[in-house]
Amino acid sequence: MQAALTATGLVCRRGDRLLWGPLELALAPGQALHLTGPNGIGKTSLLRIAAGLLRPFAGAVERSGAFALLDGALALDEHQPLDAALAFWRRMDGGPMPLERLGLHTLLDVPVRYLSTGQRKRAALARLIGQGARHWLLDEPLNGLDDAGVALVETLIAERRAQGGAVIVASHQPIALDGAAVMDLRTHAA
Amino acid sequence: MRVAATLLRRDLATLLPGRQGGTLLPLLFFLAVAMLYPFAVGPDPQLLARTGGGVIWVAALLAAILPLDRLLASDFQSGFFDQWAMRGIAEELVVAIRLLAHWLSFGPPLMLAALPAAALLGLDGRTLAIVELGLLAGTPGLAAIGIIIAALTLGLRSAGMALAGLLLIPLAVPLLVFGAGALSTGGTSGVALCGAISLVLVALAPFAGGAAIRAARES
Repeated sequence: MQAALTATGLVCRRGDRLLWGPLELALAPGQALHLTGPNGIGKTSLLRIAAGLLRPFAGAVERSGAFALLDGALALDEHQPLDAALAFWRRMDGGPMPLERLGLHTLLDVPVRYLSTGQRKRAALARLIGQGARHWLLDEPLNGLDDAGVALVETLIAERRAQGGAVIVASHQPIALDGAAVMDLRTHAA
Repeated sequence: MRVAATLLRRDLATLLPGRQGGTLLPLLFFLAVAMLYPFAVGPDPQLLARTGGGVIWVAALLAAILPLDRLLASDFQSGFFDQWAMRGIAEELVVAIRLLAHWLSFGPPLMLAALPAAALLGLDGRTLAIVELGLLAGTPGLAAIGIIIAALTLGLRSAGMALAGLLLIPLAVPLLVFGAGALSTGGTSGVALCGAISLVLVALAPFAGGAAIRAARES
């Protein structure tokens, strides 16, 4: 089976600081990887390098299939009602968004800027699912979510993996991922 | 095609004057300059007629700078460009469409506003025709310069805006020299050169802007 993501000899440098590396990654479809480590260790940088948004200082990343990214940036128009803001991505991606399941169906007429931290995370999840990408890269997906929200994210990840998606989760919070590999970036710190 | 249409629809909704987010400020600014100029230099009809076309050009140039700060920066900070990249949508396409929407939001409105401005400054029909032709040829170039500068200053956060205004001025000089210069020479050859410069800038803008956005991501 072809790997979803392979990284060889990755080294990350931000500014004049060497953060971590060299490290190797190999993620097969259906696999999950939990990235841990304290703040500032470079979890977000690793995700952005995996997404192809950031160039590694050394090494290479090979991806196969579409990847979706969930990070701290919401990418929804703040002044628009949630419905209209999500409609932009729905028109672009054409995928269905399970709004009711995410608890967003009662918030559709609320402007995005009035949403709480947890509600914003749920809206970002709607955008993520609507993209319909096979593999997911999630940066702190549990931030601001209540217990039900955490359980929902764990279920969503399990469903994505069951459909052959690879998932990388960067989180300093514990997250229940069945049979996931755990990588502590401290062991790769430069 | 669906992607381009969706992008254009959102860009127009945020940039067109009078819509949500869009502002009438550049237009009002333009008209305010045309209205106040006769008060500042005195009511000499000959002087006004001779210098009025140039004033319209300078006002147009400054009105084109006003929306620069919300052209790309807010989308960059709220992660839109990252999400487009994840979908394989090239920054060049996004910038090209943003350029079109930016021009539509100030070029044609400015050409309309030039009509009352010409009346206020007492321009004759022939001068007005050259001003309008010149604006048609020059404003796409101004929009292209604006979007290139907005992209180049993305990594600078808030300090970028002061720099953006300063950067635009020398780049806009060639457009102004030929566009406004056509008024004194009387022919349309200046307008044609102005249009040529505009076309070069419009062709360059998506690539320069796209490269600048990718570079800003690394910072």
